[in-house]
Amino acid sequence: MRERDDEWTGLMRSAISGNSAAYHRLLKAITPVLRAAARRGLARAGQPVDQSEDIVQDILLAVHLKRHTWDANAPFAPWLFAIARNKLIDALRRRGKRIFVNIDDFAETLADQPVAETASPAEVATQLNTLPARQRDVLQSIAVESASIRDTAAKLAISEGAVRVALHRGLVSLTAKLREQ
Amino acid sequence: MDTDQLIRTLAADNTHRSRPVGFVLALALLAAFPVSLLMFFAELGVRPDVMTAMHDPFFDLKFAITLALAAAAITIGLHLARPEAELRGWIWLLAIPAGLLVAGISGEMTMPQRLPMMTRMVGHNSKVCMTAVPLMSLPLLAAALIGLRHGAPARPALAGALAGMMSAGLAATLYASHCTDDSPLFVAAWYTLATALVTAVGALVGSRVLRY
Repeated sequence: MRERDDEWTGLMRSAISGNSAAYHRLLKAITPVLRAAARRGLARAGQPVDQSEDIVQDILLAVHLKRHTWDANAPFAPWLFAIARNKLIDALRRRGKRIFVNIDDFAETLADQPVAETASPAEVATQLNTLPARQRDVLQSIAVESASIRDTAAKLAISEGAVRVALHRGLVSLTAKLREQ
Repeated sequence: MDTDQLIRTLAADNTHRSRPVGFVLALALLAAFPVSLLMFFAELGVRPDVMTAMHDPFFDLKFAITLALAAAAITIGLHLARPEAELRGWIWLLAIPAGLLVAGISGEMTMPQRLPMMTRMVGHNSKVCMTAVPLMSLPLLAAALIGLRHGAPARPALAGALAGMMSAGLAATLYASHCTDDSPLFVAAWYTLATALVTAVGALVGSRVLRY
């Protein structure tokens, strides 16, 4: 687990200094751990585990938008698990259950085999349609159609800077809408 | 959107850089401070005998206490804006303003006084203090909440309470230059009450707006 934590911390440092490939690898690496913990939390609260993907996406968005609160001199895992725990409690509360989530839920997942994505997440997809047109088009193009920022700019006939701004604002509004639910 | 697509999208947004929470908090407080200052000069103003008062250690102590409160609350509040932060080990910073206050009270006790204790504590300005400090806190409280909202506090009500304390500390610093009650007993009673009020408002609002 020590090794895993060090690897995550290293990847996050590279990500912060501008390495998007490292960031992508990091997000890929933490997702199965988050998924296993979300499933365990749901199961313990007596909720169907096929909703875990919504929670995973919720956590990933929070990690992304709050990554400036991570101290680059501190290990990454405790920071990540604090956010994950917060989001999991939030999700379970919204589903009408008030339960205590143990932080060990996350630390323990190393022993687990990676869990495959279950039901297709619905919340982000639903909220995507309620965004302003520019943000929705940009997110649609980059997320769903896998287009690059440059291709998206060409397709929508706007500058790459405008794509970047709309992309970030889209992620912020998406997160806000998920929280308001 | 499946999770792989979301991850790719987040990675595409990696170039976006957010400002540190401390920077946003400082900016927000600096923007709000002139509003409180305007309220202060419009309604209260500095006391006329300020030049002589400055030589009174009990007048100066008021500023030491209120500024220590603001500084401690800002430090703890910024710490709590991190998701994994714990209060343990940090709450003791609030012992600095409290200690200054206790030291001031004991200091005053050792000196001969013209007025009885109760009179000094009740003072002449308690109503103004209880109104002015909370009102001048409001713009600063809004700013503090905006600043902390940029972070990811695990306990929104607690972070909101700290936002209340920092704004009350700054507002009380302004008020202290108007108020002619310099007895630490007056400070202990009314400044503390006003701060508690703003802290409660901060906790209440924070529990709603500081969730991330």
